[in-house]
Amino acid sequence: MPEIRNYTLNFGPQHPAAHGVLRMVLELDGEVVMRADPHIGLLHRATEKLAEHKTFLQSVPYMDRLDYVSMMCNEHAYVMAIEKLLGLEVPIRAQYIRVMFDEITRILNHLLWIGAHALDVGAMTMFLYAFREREDLMDCYEAVSGARLHAAYYRPGGVYRDLPDSMPQYQAARMPRHSESDIKLMNSNRHGSMLDFIEDFTQRFPTYVDEYETLLTDNRIWKQRTVDIGVITPERALAKGLTGPMLRGSGLAWDIRKQQPYEVYDRMEFDIPVGTNGDCYDRYLVRMEEMRQSNRIMKQCVDWLRKNPGPVITDNYKVAPPNREAMKSNMEELIHHFKLFSEGMHVPEGEAYCAIEHPKGEFGIYLVSDGANKPYRLKIRAPGFAHMSAMDEMARGHMIADVVALMGTMDIVFGEIDR
Amino acid sequence: MNAFLQGLTHSLNDALSGKTFVLSERLDELTLVVQDADWLDVAPILRDHPALRFEQLVDVCGMDYSSYGEGAWQGRRFAAVYHLLSVSRNQRLRVRVFAPDDEFPVIHSITQIWPVADWYEREAFDLYGIVFEGHSDLRRILTDYGFIGHPFRKDFPLSGNVEMRYDPDQRRVIYQPVTIDERELVPRIIREDSYSA
Repeated sequence: MPEIRNYTLNFGPQHPAAHGVLRMVLELDGEVVMRADPHIGLLHRATEKLAEHKTFLQSVPYMDRLDYVSMMCNEHAYVMAIEKLLGLEVPIRAQYIRVMFDEITRILNHLLWIGAHALDVGAMTMFLYAFREREDLMDCYEAVSGARLHAAYYRPGGVYRDLPDSMPQYQAARMPRHSESDIKLMNSNRHGSMLDFIEDFTQRFPTYVDEYETLLTDNRIWKQRTVDIGVITPERALAKGLTGPMLRGSGLAWDIRKQQPYEVYDRMEFDIPVGTNGDCYDRYLVRMEEMRQSNRIMKQCVDWLRKNPGPVITDNYKVAPPNREAMKSNMEELIHHFKLFSEGMHVPEGEAYCAIEHPKGEFGIYLVSDGANKPYRLKIRAPGFAHMSAMDEMARGHMIADVVALMGTMDIVFGEIDR
Repeated sequence: MNAFLQGLTHSLNDALSGKTFVLSERLDELTLVVQDADWLDVAPILRDHPALRFEQLVDVCGMDYSSYGEGAWQGRRFAAVYHLLSVSRNQRLRVRVFAPDDEFPVIHSITQIWPVADWYEREAFDLYGIVFEGHSDLRRILTDYGFIGHPFRKDFPLSGNVEMRYDPDQRRVIYQPVTIDERELVPRIIREDSYSA
């Protein structure tokens, strides 16, 4: 009788469903996964070490590049850790802007997740639909910060600048393939301010989510691929360090925005969706509902921001630069500006851990400062790292095709896992 | 200290009576420093005690204190910092465990208590060379296959020791000592306390 041995398969590092650079060594018995050993680190850039050699402000753009589909949320945890050590009060308008952009980011992230997840499982259309809406939200990013992805918009003490009064419009000269009437139609919701544009989006968006749900929620193939795949009990989910939608999919209503509210989340009205079975399908439903809830929060922020003008960054010149006009006319402001951008700010000695409800889970920054103008140690707690480590336990006993569904449901992005 | 943290402090003092530990509060966060020898006894108490219930280990962070405060650091060089979260009681705790030996840092592994520590301990081992005793699979995780050294130690240069390039003569990728000089654009400065008031 021939000897039958398990077959070892390399999944990645160039597999399109690996969401970047993952090498996973799968031990297979036929088509059943007996063991999964993810080899991570192919995108390791030593962000934490680089941050030790940069001033506090210079590390903000690095945060964008961690989880490169939810940029502003990463920045948020970082600036909050600095503000905590400094004991700094952030202007209320800046807090609202941050909350609004956190929720825009959550929708951006979930749209990419649903597009990629559905594409992995075999539904092409979702990807195209999701990217249509991402375009609008990235235009909002661009309008406030000038960059569509790596914004560097949140700064210690507030946000870089106030929301623009006008939304940028499509220019006919730059779009030769579009007719005049097309461009007029594309600009139809861009004549007002940025808040008008976001409000228009919040009104349109629930119907878009309905569209996604008609494509997937009752889809037979989608359910065959996700129901009862990767089931994890609440107890195991806690033990394996799962957070965010991965934890809520198992039925635990844990959300840092509700339980340990930061910024102005305690003033917002929103619900926390939870699953019951802890499988891929429940996590899908949780994330779809989160998009609707984010939309609600955005709407509340828009209403508040319309009525309440005010400063968006602290007036402490040791932390935030003075305004341009004052800097050009006053000696003291000039010196502050120069010192801030050459030597940087000094953060008092101490340590702080700041966690936020990132679209993927709990994103935390552990910042240790010895009083210098650079961090002594910056540890990034990336939700994906813990999720990826649970891959072995979740994949065992499943078919090899289900590994792809598991990667999708974990919402893997290698920028944050490898750091 | 607010009332909630005072309650937690009392519970911790109760639950850990008989052990040597230091408990401190700063910026509304509690930090517990325990001896490595006690760590395996303390960890299950933190997880299971009804007033503590830290079911989730959020993070493990390796630390190298060797250049802290420009040489002002007195204690041991290496430590692991654990961040714990109790979902049922909505509280957090930071635990710091110093490695008793600076030359060969060893800390007890807690993978049996919180399984998520598996990868976090591998990371701290990879980046700081802290050995976690009792870990079943202590391999490198983030650095390259065959990497030499522990890159996050303070005495490891930022630009590394070796660089990689394709050698056309040998027709393969080779490693060679780094050819770039490290330069510091903004020097690291510690000012007196009143400076950034």
